[in-house]
Amino acid sequence: MTFRPDSGSAKTPIIPHEKIDRAKVEAVNKAEHRSLYAAQKKIHPKRAKGTFRTIKWWVMIVTLGIYYFSPWIRWERGPGIPDQAILVDIANSRFYFFFIEIWPQEVYYITGLLVLAAIALFLVTSTAGRIWCGYTCPQTVWVDLFLVVERFFEGERNARIKLDKASWSSAKIFKKIAKHITWLVIAVLTGGAWVFYMNDAPTLMHQLIAFDAPLTTYFWILLLTFTTYLLGGFAREQVCTYMCPWPRIQAVMMDEDSLAVMYRSDRGEPRAPHKKNDTWDDRGDCIQCRQCVVVCPMGIDIRDGMQLECIQCSLCIDACDTVMEQIGRPKGLITYDSLANFERREKEEPEKIHIVRPRTLLYTIFMIVLGGSIIWGLTHRSNLEVNVLRDRNPLFVQLSSGDIRNGYTVKILNKTHDIRKFSLSITGLKNYDMRVVGVQEKTPEGMPIIEVDRDRLRSVKVYLSVHRENLPTPSIDFSITATDLDGTSVSNNATTFKGPNK
Amino acid sequence: MSTEPEYDEVTKTYTTGHEWDGIKELNTPLPRWWLWTLYATIIWSIGYWIVMPAWPLINDHTRGVLGYSQRDTVNAELAAAKNARLIFSEKLLNADLETIENTPELLEFAMAGGKAVFGDNCAGCHGTGASGAKGYPNLNDDDWLWGGSLDEIHETITVGIRGVHDDTRLSDMPAFLTDDMLDKDQIKNMADYVVSLSDNTHTVPEGTYEVFQENCAACHGENAKGNKDFGAPNLTDGIWLYGADKETLISTISYSRKGVMPAWADRLDPATIKSLAVFIHSLGGGK
Repeated sequence: MTFRPDSGSAKTPIIPHEKIDRAKVEAVNKAEHRSLYAAQKKIHPKRAKGTFRTIKWWVMIVTLGIYYFSPWIRWERGPGIPDQAILVDIANSRFYFFFIEIWPQEVYYITGLLVLAAIALFLVTSTAGRIWCGYTCPQTVWVDLFLVVERFFEGERNARIKLDKASWSSAKIFKKIAKHITWLVIAVLTGGAWVFYMNDAPTLMHQLIAFDAPLTTYFWILLLTFTTYLLGGFAREQVCTYMCPWPRIQAVMMDEDSLAVMYRSDRGEPRAPHKKNDTWDDRGDCIQCRQCVVVCPMGIDIRDGMQLECIQCSLCIDACDTVMEQIGRPKGLITYDSLANFERREKEEPEKIHIVRPRTLLYTIFMIVLGGSIIWGLTHRSNLEVNVLRDRNPLFVQLSSGDIRNGYTVKILNKTHDIRKFSLSITGLKNYDMRVVGVQEKTPEGMPIIEVDRDRLRSVKVYLSVHRENLPTPSIDFSITATDLDGTSVSNNATTFKGPNK
Repeated sequence: MSTEPEYDEVTKTYTTGHEWDGIKELNTPLPRWWLWTLYATIIWSIGYWIVMPAWPLINDHTRGVLGYSQRDTVNAELAAAKNARLIFSEKLLNADLETIENTPELLEFAMAGGKAVFGDNCAGCHGTGASGAKGYPNLNDDDWLWGGSLDEIHETITVGIRGVHDDTRLSDMPAFLTDDMLDKDQIKNMADYVVSLSDNTHTVPEGTYEVFQENCAACHGENAKGNKDFGAPNLTDGIWLYGADKETLISTISYSRKGVMPAWADRLDPATIKSLAVFIHSLGGGK
């Protein structure tokens, strides 16, 4: 069977069918009207009520809440290190996310995360269609929020249509100005929240108010204010239809078993208005009330079948279920359904939801493998990185004593928030003499001790000398090992010692 | 020819009201957003003409109200960079060389500057890696003709060797053949002797030791270990500026060697020379 929220409950009293809210409209974006050169016609979506609308309110609260407030979460990391839980610290090239700290050379974790997000999107799309578009896409969420404002000042659908047609009056001017100012305030807050992710939020807040924040932050705030205002207030459904590449790509992720918001034409047709005591025989359940059309934020008629414009926000399900309840017919005339179920009903087979398919399995396995690798990588990564760069100009130096000297630049990266000391030792090379420029401290065994400040890279010059008579071959492979004095981490680095050919 | 706009049933569009030989044109105006963008750019460009340099004149160009100039910007940035360096340059100037080497902040600045200056001025002879070539000393090793301490390196850079500076480092090895000081056989024997100093398997003709003491020891020392006061090289080590084979040594003894290095005092400022000295001292062989 198809997914049908709170099906079966018929608590609403059946009302005379003539009194059902009816609209004599055509969908603005009906295929026949969809000329590329036509001017945009404004859509005045009516507010739907029902399960999906409730889900969408909650998604809006949670996603906007995360966006606006997460820069303000604090996370103690130690002295001298930012205490913002989520921070893209561009000046110091670090990305902080709660207990995770990513250095620029580890940016592949972010790549992995983006790939993971993309596959999650594929999985969701192949399972249940445009869930992302319909519920969580920022464009959808902000347009929804902007519509709340529009309804607050200008009223419900019919009032808004009337207002737009009416000639200018002081009331109309007031309503319009109030709406646009509120939109702009939301847009400024949106742009404002963005810059808090790149800077310490409380500090930047003070600077912004005192007008002495860096110029770039004002630029970003202005830019995002502009885009939010434009995309949320004016462009709206055009963003999804004309600007966004995702609707065009996702067709390849969907197959006959993917769930999508659909009008069950086999049950609804033939459609016709219905009077209370008319029979339901020889006709469909669709009573031509067009409530699905008026609530649609994309301006389409779901009964025309699956369309590129449809973001599957499910508001037409809510609208139709409300009417079905009022006329006492089963809910789910518009519902999450699959093309395969259409065929099954035609063949009079039972409907079923077929989620576990090779496609979804593959996506899931790939996600687990990738997610697992990221987690493994993050938990097993070393807090010490050592690079040994051999001098190549000159390859080696002959000293007056007959020694051959090689130079190495050893870079030690301390990723912890503590000062650490490392000893340098050599394996695979005999009778050598080691000198580290600027380092006097030594272990009891005579190995140089190198102190590296917290969260820093230290680069030291190491000179190794071996008497030419002690060199069996012109090139010897050996390794330089950095060991934390407390024994917690060790890094081996292979390199070579070169001498003259004879 | 102008007529009234007509309604066209097929395209549901009005005509422009113009007719040319029976051909009428549908009125399909440019999109409004496009037009508004055009108008906005026109207004922008007028504003731009006024505030920014825009129109070429015969000998000059309009300066614009803001007086903006990219050249001024570059000059200001160069001046700012120079000022920023000035703080450190002055510190370098006032600090002695030892202090520079032991102060990480100054050392870092001196190394960065020294490396750049070395590439511009010294690498031509000494090589980008300072490893030298025949006749041009390797600055990485521990064999220094005129001394390898910080101060000695600094002095050599400042005054040069056999150059035009009043205090230039100066020494003059005789050309033993052309100056008629030794004959050819003696020179060959001497070459054998010099080879034997760093290769004890080499046999030496008798009597050469005495000739060495008489002619060479004054500068190269009785034990042939050299003397940095005269820029006389150590003849007992394995490092040779012109080559250690007998032929080269015969040539060196016969005709002498007079390598020249320019004095940098007139070309580089004192702070830069200090940076350079610190950089070269750090290459590994400094004493």
